[in-house]
Amino acid sequence: MKLRDIAHSRTGDKGNISNISLIAYRDDDYELIKKIVTAERVKNWFRDTVKGEVIRYELPKICALNFVMYDALGGGVTRSLSLDTHGKCLSSVLLDMDI
Amino acid sequence: MKKIRIGSGAGFAGDRIEPALEIMENGNIDYIVFECLAERTIAINQQQKLLDGDKGYNEFLECRMRKILPLCVEKGVKVITNMGSANPAAAIRVIKEIAWDMGIRGMKVAAVLGDDILDRVDKYMNCEILENSKKLSSIKSQIISANVYTGVEGIIEALNNGAHIVVTGRTADPSLTLASLMFEFGWSKSDYEILGKGILVGHLLECAGQITGGYFADPGYKDVPKLWNLGFPIAEVTENGDIIITKLENSGGMVTEHTCKEQIVYEIHDPSNYFTPDVIADFSEVTVKEIEKNKVLVKGASGKEKTGLFKVSIGYKDCYIGEGEISYGGSGAYGRARLAGKIVKKRLEYINLPVKELKIDFIGVNSLYGNHLSSILNDNKADFKEVRLRVAARTLNREDAETIGNEVEALYTNGPSGGGGARKYTRDVVSIASIFVPDKDIITKVIYEEV
Repeated sequence: MKLRDIAHSRTGDKGNISNISLIAYRDDDYELIKKIVTAERVKNWFRDTVKGEVIRYELPKICALNFVMYDALGGGVTRSLSLDTHGKCLSSVLLDMDI
Repeated sequence: MKKIRIGSGAGFAGDRIEPALEIMENGNIDYIVFECLAERTIAINQQQKLLDGDKGYNEFLECRMRKILPLCVEKGVKVITNMGSANPAAAIRVIKEIAWDMGIRGMKVAAVLGDDILDRVDKYMNCEILENSKKLSSIKSQIISANVYTGVEGIIEALNNGAHIVVTGRTADPSLTLASLMFEFGWSKSDYEILGKGILVGHLLECAGQITGGYFADPGYKDVPKLWNLGFPIAEVTENGDIIITKLENSGGMVTEHTCKEQIVYEIHDPSNYFTPDVIADFSEVTVKEIEKNKVLVKGASGKEKTGLFKVSIGYKDCYIGEGEISYGGSGAYGRARLAGKIVKKRLEYINLPVKELKIDFIGVNSLYGNHLSSILNDNKADFKEVRLRVAARTLNREDAETIGNEVEALYTNGPSGGGGARKYTRDVVSIASIFVPDKDIITKVIYEEV
């Protein structure tokens, strides 16, 4: 099963920091997602992109996680050489993770 | 309990106008907020202002105002916007002229000034840049703009003095909305719990269609009705800070618990500490509940005392980026694209082009996620029937940047077989450095135009 089957996600950016939300479709799946999708696993998943640390914040009342990824946007939105300078496409591929 | 209805009129500088007009016409709203200022826009507008002292505001200001001013009068909707960008004073002169020409009378337009500290930026040269921990003096000669993220103060003053339209420069996005709530409900500037709730209203509205089904659809998983006609959101806010997010019934899109959840977490870092000039908002205990179709109750935000520091966004001339792209198709496409990439890399070395950083991507293969993740996603396959080579490089001058695209274009006749659709781009890069300054250093001033 892919994460995409039980959760959805949205990416945002500030400078060279990317943040990705991960939100359970059903509240019952939140604990499972919390257990499986650790900050370490996300950092490893995005190892070519994210050069800094990944911090995970929890929002249990809306069954959501927020991954804040440092040094993740090729030096920052303005000067990055990436095609997707904002990292907007990162959320959909987080959902490609096998669970 | 008193209720205020606030509409969101734009989520970025170039956003659509029709959904804004629709909620002004039929949304029974008291205010509409147009958030139109990305981090870098003000630096670019500052350069326009240097060339022409009457310019430097949002490029769509005139076009938007011609359409919304009659509705402001007819429906009694007040407007709050940061479309003033680098030149709010010029923006309100333009709005006055448009209003006059359209036969509108009895309208007061305010500009909030004080965010522009370019003339005083020298005193902060020892401040540390947030993005790279160097001193601000390291980019001194490259600085072209310095604007403080101001809070609600000037906007509330303008509303107290009867302004119908309030135009700011750099103001924190959610403060545009918070100001209208503080004015209407008389919320105290030291009641941080309620201010945190008001910041959440602004945060939910500031990207317009992103809470009504935009940036959300994923066919088969998250389907959104009539996305082509996406409606903009309306927040109905009660005096106690409870929020109902809704939209017009006949517009496209949808408001659900899940569209709201995505926007609550959007571009925040620590949900317990969302820093704004007016309050440190706390979204960690926020709840959402769908109470009717397309009506979601959002509550539970709170806040803590503000830091007393204002963030300053400093625009500086950074570098140039040159890019070139060319496509290869059919069997062996990826092999030919890779050969093309190697040729360009070798050419740049051969002509000894001073490149600060070089990136070679294959669009359709690895341009979004890098090699490790892309090879997992592609199941290690090497046969792609359509691949686009993209070469990008950062340089210190424009001429060198242009060479990147020229070398890619030269692949037409000098590269592998069947290369097509070459494109080249060069841009000068204005980057942003952030510092923090004491809020007492910043004096807000409000000026007015009337017809």
